[in-house]
Amino acid sequence: MNGYRRLWIALLVLALLSPIGLYLPSLLKAGGAWGEWGLDEIRERLGYTPAGMEKTADLWKAPLPDYALPGQENAPLSRLSLSYLFSAFLGMGLCAGGGYLVARWLAKRKA
Amino acid sequence: MHIPDGYLGPPTYLATYAVCLPLWRVAARRVKEGLTSRQIPLLAISAAFSFVVMMFNIPLPGGTTGHAVGGVLIAIAVGPWGAMLAISIALVIQALLFGDGGITAIGANCLNIAFVMPFVGFYTYRLLMGRFVSEKWQAVAAGIGGWAGLSAAALTTGVMFGIQPLLHTGADGRALYAPYPLSVAVPIMLLEHVAVFGVVEGLVTGLVYRYLSRAHSAWILRPATGEAGR
Repeated sequence: MNGYRRLWIALLVLALLSPIGLYLPSLLKAGGAWGEWGLDEIRERLGYTPAGMEKTADLWKAPLPDYALPGQENAPLSRLSLSYLFSAFLGMGLCAGGGYLVARWLAKRKA
Repeated sequence: MHIPDGYLGPPTYLATYAVCLPLWRVAARRVKEGLTSRQIPLLAISAAFSFVVMMFNIPLPGGTTGHAVGGVLIAIAVGPWGAMLAISIALVIQALLFGDGGITAIGANCLNIAFVMPFVGFYTYRLLMGRFVSEKWQAVAAGIGGWAGLSAAALTTGVMFGIQPLLHTGADGRALYAPYPLSVAVPIMLLEHVAVFGVVEGLVTGLVYRYLSRAHSAWILRPATGEAGR
């Protein structure tokens, strides 16, 4: 179990460091990932919005879009990094919970 | 590499879901066969690890960003099928909660990031490991596996983007979904990942592997599926 505890601590440290993933692109003036543009950005690139894309793009409203609170698009980086940190812990917690439930469910079905 | 909603037409995203369903079933069976109750935390740790690694965006100055996935390291730790389950969990949570990757594209993203990546990376690592005896070189093999896995996932993602204009172009010549053809999408996705993000993935994989094997970590030494030892 000792091995596991050290791994959990390593994960917590990673989560605490996660805002680096927000600051670094901003410092080096990098945009988003290739092929992950929003509708506005794609309209700028192409001069039009693909019709099918327009219909499906906003099908789902994520509660924490881009790991930030909704409406925080223009918030200062310091505020964004707090949301980012929160998202890291929340997301990791849910992933760990999900992984745990799936594994326990599989282990039970084996018995 | 997370394909958003609206980039893939229905034939593509339905097909990728259809391919993923049986793969998830096999993954569940394979993980179940090798799982002991002691190893349950490994899947949880792997899913959380993959989630947080993907938050570390790496910028190309003035250009785009990308990130590592940790997928091959996870495949080495819990076997490629275990990695498929763990990374799929992270991808589903990213799509539902954080809008990172579309919900129509969950099948496509799982196929690329949770299947192609861990399998290509894991078997690259295994192939090389047979030739490398020392522990140091095995870490190098893991690193090369990480690089190859992410690059392969970038290739299949680029192909999924690139076939959209072939499948869906309006009478006016305008794209209906992802607009860039294979000749643009594949080289860009490949180049970014082969040259930069895959290299970061490889370094992270190799270094963490080296550290964990030296520390005799439970994560690397006791694979949950038994797959890694086969």
